[in-house]
Amino acid sequence: MRLIPRPDPVREPVRFVDERLGAGSLLRSTLRYVFPDHWSFMLGEIALYAFATLVLTGIFLSLNYVPSDETVTYAGSYAPLHGREMGAQYESVMRIAFDLPAGNLLRQTHHWAANVFVVAIALHLARICLTGAFRRPRELNHVVGVTMLALALVEGFLGYSLIDDLLSGMGLAIAYSVAASIPFVGGDLAILLWGGEYPGATAIWPRMEILHVLLLPVAIGGLLGLHLMQVIRQHHTQFPGGPRSERRVVGTPLWAAYALRSVGLFLIVAGILLLLGGLVQINPIWLWGPYETALSTNGAQPDWYLGWLIGALRLMPPLELRFGGDVAIPNPFWGGALYPLVVFGTLYLWPWIDRWRWGDRERHELLDRPRDNPRRTASFAALATWVFVILFAGSADRFAFRTLISYEAQIWFLRGAAIVGPVVAYLVARRLCEELRARELRPLRGWSGQVVRVPGEERAGERREDEAAAEAPPRR
Amino acid sequence: MRGSTSRRQLLLAWLGLRLLRRLRRRPRGAAPPQPRRAEPPEALERETPSTARAERLAAALLLAGALAAAGFVVLYVVRPDTQLLGLCLGGALVLCGIAAAFAGKRVVPQETASEPYEELADARQVDDVNAIVREAGEGVSRRGLLAGAAGLAGATVAAAAIVPVASLGPAVGDRIAATPWRRGRRLVDRDGGAIRPEDVSEGSLVLAFPEGADRDTLDAPVMLLRFPPEQLEMSAARRAAAPGGVVAYSRICTHAACAVSMYRHPLHPPTAPRDALVCPCHFSTFDPRRAGAVLFGPAGRPLPQLPLQIGADGELVAAGGFFGRVGPSYAGEREGPA
Amino acid sequence: MSGRSPRSLPGRLASALAGRTPLLPRRLRVGLAFGCALVAAALALGALASRPPAVGAQDGDVAGGAPATTSGGAPATAAQRAEGRRLFLAGCASCHGEDARGIADVAPSLRGVGAASADFYLRTGRMPLEDPQDEPRRKESFYDRRQIAALVAYVGSFGGPPIPQVDPAAGSLSQGFRLFAENCAGCHQIVGRGGITTGAWIPGLQEASPLDVAEAVEIGPYVMPVFGDRLTDRQVDSLARYVRWTRQPDDAGGWGIGHIGPVPEGMVAWLLAGTALLLTIRLIGERTTR
Repeated sequence: MRLIPRPDPVREPVRFVDERLGAGSLLRSTLRYVFPDHWSFMLGEIALYAFATLVLTGIFLSLNYVPSDETVTYAGSYAPLHGREMGAQYESVMRIAFDLPAGNLLRQTHHWAANVFVVAIALHLARICLTGAFRRPRELNHVVGVTMLALALVEGFLGYSLIDDLLSGMGLAIAYSVAASIPFVGGDLAILLWGGEYPGATAIWPRMEILHVLLLPVAIGGLLGLHLMQVIRQHHTQFPGGPRSERRVVGTPLWAAYALRSVGLFLIVAGILLLLGGLVQINPIWLWGPYETALSTNGAQPDWYLGWLIGALRLMPPLELRFGGDVAIPNPFWGGALYPLVVFGTLYLWPWIDRWRWGDRERHELLDRPRDNPRRTASFAALATWVFVILFAGSADRFAFRTLISYEAQIWFLRGAAIVGPVVAYLVARRLCEELRARELRPLRGWSGQVVRVPGEERAGERREDEAAAEAPPRR
Repeated sequence: MRGSTSRRQLLLAWLGLRLLRRLRRRPRGAAPPQPRRAEPPEALERETPSTARAERLAAALLLAGALAAAGFVVLYVVRPDTQLLGLCLGGALVLCGIAAAFAGKRVVPQETASEPYEELADARQVDDVNAIVREAGEGVSRRGLLAGAAGLAGATVAAAAIVPVASLGPAVGDRIAATPWRRGRRLVDRDGGAIRPEDVSEGSLVLAFPEGADRDTLDAPVMLLRFPPEQLEMSAARRAAAPGGVVAYSRICTHAACAVSMYRHPLHPPTAPRDALVCPCHFSTFDPRRAGAVLFGPAGRPLPQLPLQIGADGELVAAGGFFGRVGPSYAGEREGPA
Repeated sequence: MSGRSPRSLPGRLASALAGRTPLLPRRLRVGLAFGCALVAAALALGALASRPPAVGAQDGDVAGGAPATTSGGAPATAAQRAEGRRLFLAGCASCHGEDARGIADVAPSLRGVGAASADFYLRTGRMPLEDPQDEPRRKESFYDRRQIAALVAYVGSFGGPPIPQVDPAAGSLSQGFRLFAENCAGCHQIVGRGGITTGAWIPGLQEASPLDVAEAVEIGPYVMPVFGDRLTDRQVDSLARYVRWTRQPDDAGGWGIGHIGPVPEGMVAWLLAGTALLLTIRLIGERTTR
């Protein structure tokens, strides 16, 4: 018999919060909140957990990074760089990598997380566009999502450029040239952003750091909050079938199954990123060495999610527009600025293009399977092909190195492929979707066998082919 | 059937209550109305899949994860090798994650529930808001004037607010046009020593910088090459700027400012590609025998040549500024002397 | 999967062998399939990230790490020169001319190219070249050491740079790294993984011995610039030391995946991490109505 009753471990904390914040009903509805649990709905979660990993590892890195380009002479533990002059920012990252326990692990995990973050967003975006999840009332959420993708690309670029190693330094020079190529404002913009002619003022390093460590993560975090709030407010979409309808969302309540699965996914994502961070080398800056304006290396590339931009820059023919003695549009503008503008513009306007195309102004909670709208799927396939062909062009030199196919020949081929490829992808994808749908409606379509029926015999449950086809098509 | 009658009565009573709630008038000035709560979800299915085996498996996974995490701590102190640390911590998280996900599918009760999609739109509220906002215009007669003035003020103030962005950095001025190279400036190598024409032999590439100037700007580094003078296919003025066949070009690509670090020099010209300076970023290819003309790639301007002359002590010095603008093209800026 | 009663292992095996039921539940089969795909992707990635298609692995290193100086050792004798002349007429004169003055538009004169050139091209198998328009590439050396020494003696008799002396141990790794970044990385890539330029393929340097490095730097083969005059012996030693070091760069971060940066990194992100995560959510999430 206990003298002091043991406090209930669940009721007491809940009562505490409810008495002070009135959060009881919020907790109640949160715990019973229903999530449709198709696997493709978890792609966005992967991105979320990768972002969380980025923030956590990033905190460690930001506390050790020095945002200064002051020239220092290396005297650390990595022998091949002994006595080399380098910027203080590069030296601070060398210290993180070689002189702090678990420093290289966290640094590499951070970089892998950035790469996987964009992979997850890309897959999630594909799922959204292919299933019509962007339709009313979710257009705003789509816009928020595309904005986060754009910010993620900038974040990643800034992150690895902060180090000023040979590869990222080359990338900054290219970014400077792209900024300088924007019509009318290019010259002023580039000088403004860099605080002078490239390589720029000393002040750009703390500015880049503040952008990367504070302003952009806060922006992404805020947009993420908006994104999730909208999903919660509107409830997640779902595929049709069974009890699922436009009126009722069917799924798993948050507590406890869904919460556990989500926590599990978070831990698995973080764990995979840490495994990569420890076992697979990424951005070995000690092998590249520090950047100098007069240096460059063969085989230099930006991170994969900017590969489409280097591909565009390489594929563009040498077209520059001039009026009199003025350069109106320098070459890097086409591939470095106009091309991403068109792609992102298309992504932003996707819900309204879709609405205009199909005249569909209704509110949708049910998703289309990709095959249910072959033309929409095919359009997205065409856009994705356009981006990925050009992304491949970005690494055409490594492909030429491996396969001995001439680089110039590849560039000519890929210029054509960038135009023809999307058309082919559109036709193939559309046909594929139509075929898949047709097979569902008429399961024996294309079958060349024969049904032989012994006259007079009919087993229970057996039906003729046309009877079966006349029924409602089986939906998932 | 008695059961169905009582159910019907219950249903009617419930409907009646809802109707009453809707008809009830809320007095103005009272406490703000409760936020509309979602209806409680219906449970469609519920099962408890947990078996002893599943629970033991989940526990085992968690314990394995704990072991790995402990291993991480030990290794961090004893031997912080990146691979082992990653294996331990990553492994720990993956194991615990599998345990949680597994528990979420095979241990805790699996429920399927449904909730209604809320009707978000409320036309009545929209009308009310519309009316409230427009109420503010009561008694205001010169709406157009005020709106116009407010619009103008808003636009100009916004423009004024953006203008301080220019304080973030300098104006273009002559930053792009000015280079450290002027007549008489010596070319030096990385260690600061003067460069003589004899130091540049055919087929070799020498990197040079302006003496006493910042080496990291785009217009500083140049490359020295030597060709037999008869092989230079250039105008007379350009040829004169290459004394004895020693010609200097800016190191920085006119496409996107990378260093043009590849020099393609054929040992046997009939069976190899011709002399070229190639940039490794986007493979802009320049012809050093034809004043840096673009042979391939996206560069829109030739590589600028730096005119050279022999100085008093026989060393190489610049004979003036570059022919053409150094570095990438800037939109809206004049191209510079050809 | 839910509600299935466990059956004994022998019973399941028998049933599977009879073709009536699958041995493993569907989820496991799918998981295994994905797992195999993952492993396959990882192996493909590893293979892709490893060696370039350079044929042959003729290493000019002298075993034991002793500095590789000459391929013969002793100064050329008249007998060697005679033997060299004989081999030359048999294998080289068809392109380089019987007098070694070259044939216009086919092959250059070998007068004055020196023992260094002959040694480099012959030892690395770049010569003999089947088609004069081809780019010479490293292959299994056509001649054996004795024959190479003879040919080198013959060609060297026309004058030109001798086989250089190189001692990587006398060089400085950090100086070599700096020199390599400045002079070589643009073509050969900062860690010597090779690359391309417009019109030519540039080899990786993992198979290059210190002597190969010293000779190539001296003569500037195919489209490589000539560095001979610009670099001191100490600098060449340092470069040779760095190039040798790039065979096993410091992979403090784990699996090097080719040491060429973001291209294999992106492939890992998609093919390893992406596949693993897709597999994970396929297993965690639902696929159909229940």
